[in-house]
Amino acid sequence: MSDDTAIGGGGGRFPTTQRSAVLATRSADGAERERAIARLLETYWKPAYKYVRVKWNAGNEDAKDLVQSFFTRSLEKGFFDRWEPERGSFRGYLRLCLDGFVSNERKSASRQKRSPGSPLLSLDFEEAEGELATRDIADSVSPEEYFRQEWVRSLFAASLERLREECARRGRELPWRLFERYDVDPDPEGKPTYAELAAQFQVPVTTVTNHLFWARREFRRLVLERLREITGSEREFREEARAVLGVDVP
Amino acid sequence: MTSLSDEALTRLRTAASGASDASSRYLLLRELGRGGMGTVWLAHDSELDREVALKVIREGSDTSADAAERLAREARILARLEHPGIVPVHDVGRLPDGALFYVMKRVEGERLDRHFPLEAPLSERLRLFQRLCETVAFAHAHGVVHRDLKPENVMVGRFGEVLVLDWGVAKVLADGEAPRPSAGGAPRPGETAEGTVLGTLEYTSPEQLEGRVEEISARSDIFALGAILYFLTARRAPFADRGKERAAPGGARRPPLPLRRVDSSLPKPLEAIVTRAMAPEPAQRYASAEALGEDIARLVDGLPVSAHRENLLERTGRLFRRHRVAATLILVYLAVRVLILAVGGR
Repeated sequence: MSDDTAIGGGGGRFPTTQRSAVLATRSADGAERERAIARLLETYWKPAYKYVRVKWNAGNEDAKDLVQSFFTRSLEKGFFDRWEPERGSFRGYLRLCLDGFVSNERKSASRQKRSPGSPLLSLDFEEAEGELATRDIADSVSPEEYFRQEWVRSLFAASLERLREECARRGRELPWRLFERYDVDPDPEGKPTYAELAAQFQVPVTTVTNHLFWARREFRRLVLERLREITGSEREFREEARAVLGVDVP
Repeated sequence: MTSLSDEALTRLRTAASGASDASSRYLLLRELGRGGMGTVWLAHDSELDREVALKVIREGSDTSADAAERLAREARILARLEHPGIVPVHDVGRLPDGALFYVMKRVEGERLDRHFPLEAPLSERLRLFQRLCETVAFAHAHGVVHRDLKPENVMVGRFGEVLVLDWGVAKVLADGEAPRPSAGGAPRPGETAEGTVLGTLEYTSPEQLEGRVEEISARSDIFALGAILYFLTARRAPFADRGKERAAPGGARRPPLPLRRVDSSLPKPLEAIVTRAMAPEPAQRYASAEALGEDIARLVDGLPVSAHRENLLERTGRLFRRHRVAATLILVYLAVRVLILAVGGR
């Protein structure tokens, strides 16, 4: 069997353990701590920004400052060091910290003194604004649930981006294009059938199904990898995996 | 970073979850074969790490709701028929593109029409046919008529096991021989409308060819079994040279060329069994596949068969063949006695 159809693909790169970025934020090594917080930021900044915009009714400039300041302050003050796994998920803790931070900032008369400091990441707030403008938020959705939904969106988007990069690096453009066409962004007129995809890409139907098989497996692996990074304990990882994917992780 | 819509998010969650997503569990390896309704793939079941056969509605030619219902019916029928001669079903579901599939045990073997070398002894072929009768009799006992029995739908496994495949046009009878009438005369989904012909010309019963759906019963399969027996013993399909004539008006009831006209070395009782199994009128055929199988067993054992009334000469010949050693000894003994008498009389 060729690598193209082998289960898990030909890379054989299935890490058995993935370091939690949440725990790495407590590292004595400053560089490692910064890398960890950057990793968390990748997944959390956008849900945090949208949450501040929606729950705290903040203007976009205000929300930008608040979110940048929140993550900078978190690193400086060691907010994340105080998280205890037995008291709930890291996601829930981060949201509570954010609420406390924004509340304090709102109460503070020293608003003008707040400085976001040097940005930890180049954050694309305009993209986040665009998403906010194009998606209606149902009245029945609480701000907390909205934060969770956006967190899942951010998790999947980051995993998808990593899949795209890996496919490019490994010369697997066709599986990526098929996955993108079938599972990510199909025609607005309707999802194509395997046969239609095969005709469009001029490959046999088995090639379509096998490439999709591989891409889905890889995507799943990357989602779980990323989830492992942004959770702080095995229990939290498993609970979040069940909530996000609807299945138990072996 | 990519901006994901709610729809994309839902699709990706399904793709990543792997739940009920056949293409995440079953890796299609190669096509094994295709019929009128579906394509059978050799697939790898990644959950249980084994090879299976996956049958899915064929893309393009027939993706109607009726075809889906037929495939679902076939899976349900197979699930209710637990028998060594019937391939078990493991899983049923839909591919992400909506196509219905079911997964069954992978069978390694050869189709009946390709299995036998020309020189295979008649008794071996008859014993195999007997096992086929047992499987069909089991299905009939559970109220299921296959309706498309033919050598291509019979698989001979590596250890000589006989498996009946392709139950896609099978009919479920309410009980025994009584066909289940549809409410208001209209066919249920997956059932066959009056006048519709299903099956293969060389092996299909006259009542099926003439579209008399209400007359289709277990005896329709008996006709097909008779045609398979003809094929196995004459080494050619019963209507090989004039299959299309059978589709013409009145053609369905014409008998095939008598077996012994094809091969005069075949025994008369065998020809009688084939003739009875393939009688144009269902009532003239064997009452059951079991009875047909029993006649074959008797033929193999050198016993008289119900389909043929033998004369004294045939009976003597049969007894001689059955008790060849004893008969030879008696003949030798009698010859010696005659010789002694002749010598003593001088």
